[in-house]
Amino acid sequence: MSAVDIRGVSKVFGSGPGQVEALKDIDLSIESGQFVSLIGPSGCGKSTLLRLVGDLLPPTGGSLTVAGKTPHEARLSRDYGMVFQQATLLDWRSVRANVELPLEIMGASADERTARAEEMLELVQLGDFGGHYPWQLSGGMQQRVAIARALSFKPSLLLMDEPFGALDEMTREAMQDELLRIWERSKRTVIFVTHSIPEAVFLSQRTVVMSRRPGRITRIVDIDLPYPRDEDTREDRRFYDKVTEVREALREHE
Amino acid sequence: MVAGAVDTWTEGRRLPQWLRSTLWFVAILGFLLLMWEGYKFLWTEMGWSWPVRPINRSMPHTWDIVDALFSPARRGGSDILLVILGEAALFTLREAVLGFVIGAIVGFFLAVVFVRSPLAERSLMPYVVASQTVPIIAIAPMVVLWAGRNDWPQWIAVAFISSYLTFFPVTINALRGLQSPPPTASELMRSYAATPNQELRKLLVPAALPYIFTALKISATASVIGAIIGELPAGLPNGLGRVLLRFASSFSSAPEKLFAAVIVSALAGIVFVAAISLAERMIVRARPEVFQAEPESLSVATHRGIA
Repeated sequence: MSAVDIRGVSKVFGSGPGQVEALKDIDLSIESGQFVSLIGPSGCGKSTLLRLVGDLLPPTGGSLTVAGKTPHEARLSRDYGMVFQQATLLDWRSVRANVELPLEIMGASADERTARAEEMLELVQLGDFGGHYPWQLSGGMQQRVAIARALSFKPSLLLMDEPFGALDEMTREAMQDELLRIWERSKRTVIFVTHSIPEAVFLSQRTVVMSRRPGRITRIVDIDLPYPRDEDTREDRRFYDKVTEVREALREHE
Repeated sequence: MVAGAVDTWTEGRRLPQWLRSTLWFVAILGFLLLMWEGYKFLWTEMGWSWPVRPINRSMPHTWDIVDALFSPARRGGSDILLVILGEAALFTLREAVLGFVIGAIVGFFLAVVFVRSPLAERSLMPYVVASQTVPIIAIAPMVVLWAGRNDWPQWIAVAFISSYLTFFPVTINALRGLQSPPPTASELMRSYAATPNQELRKLLVPAALPYIFTALKISATASVIGAIIGELPAGLPNGLGRVLLRFASSFSSAPEKLFAAVIVSALAGIVFVAAISLAERMIVRARPEVFQAEPESLSVATHRGIA
């Protein structure tokens, strides 16, 4: 059973002459444990597609299943961990309390929450920062807290919407390394929206290239570079070849 | 930026924060008294009479006002004016506090209804705004009359008049605060399958608290004004309203008494607002110090922090 199955999905915003066709005839199947990136120009509907999977928006047509369930059922059974471009931490809560927030809502005991939060903060290498407040952290650290929070309740699917888009290049590459390390340890399915070609290629097993108006999938590029990927990967000839392949796929439909 | 740099530079020889603010408060009080007496002196010397004649019957000496506070209120009476004004202020504060609590609860409840239902906001908000354009002077006698028909104590009627001025700032500001988290914060709560109640308690209300406290400080002063005005048609003899009215009518013979009453009325409002500020400091924890000093930047910081 695939982790995510998308068939003939379309999404139209509004109605009448002002309506916008955001997505058209999307077919995509993602295996369990896979790391898949969605890439495309602004307005190609990649974030919309992510929100359809996560049951934040209803599709206009077609069908979606997540581990055999409807997106709505999957959301109610807490299958989604979400990370956005903005860390969206609550600034009246300490870092630890932010990580505990989903567990609190799900009714976990205080002991369990503390233990999970410690474990997650260790995972993102912020073990010493549990007592700090979000405004005391750098942008990269805030985003790591957001990842720890998303993983705290062990969702089967991680949905990431340009999570490193607001970070500087150095921090961004460090975060990519870290995300891969976390992914290889937890083996969760990841859908990662980005507009950076090297980022998509470096991270994912498959890169889904989208075009706009209406948003549709134009090509799926398999990235068969071996894991673990590291600094050497970034300088590997095959990495450049894949970057070029994705870039050309994006250009074809401009 | 510049202020921050200077603060760091002088860090070593700074007086404690509370002492510095107290010193400034005293200095400004001294300056105001000096301006008052200076005006009287200069205008008398120069023979000027515009805008106010510097005579004791319209501008009493500051020391005469203080003296009036500590003299018997009536000739041959035993209680000094300060005690009488203090008791009147406490009576009015009791009405104001009850009105404030009712108004704050109603105001917050309306904001929650509005944030839950945009339809309710669109259809009810015009009435909420209209309620504040109706002069309180017109409503107060009606409320007093209705309360009298139902045998409610008069001071309760006054509290309701006071609550009428209180709820509006709370509704407007709380609504703004409840709407302050960015859409992604709500999407996160949705992804946790949080109930509407959980979203309210864990996200919306904490985000709105700085806005609510700003509103409560506005409402605290408004509730005292509302109580004073409400006392007039109610004909309550024990509050500040009647005292102010009485001293205003005898202004030309004893102006210092009205000034003394104004000072005590202002003090009542200040005490109320100070109590709210204290509660704010205890409840809205874990903020950077700089934001605690400036409520305005606090709300902005909150927004950025969540965004």
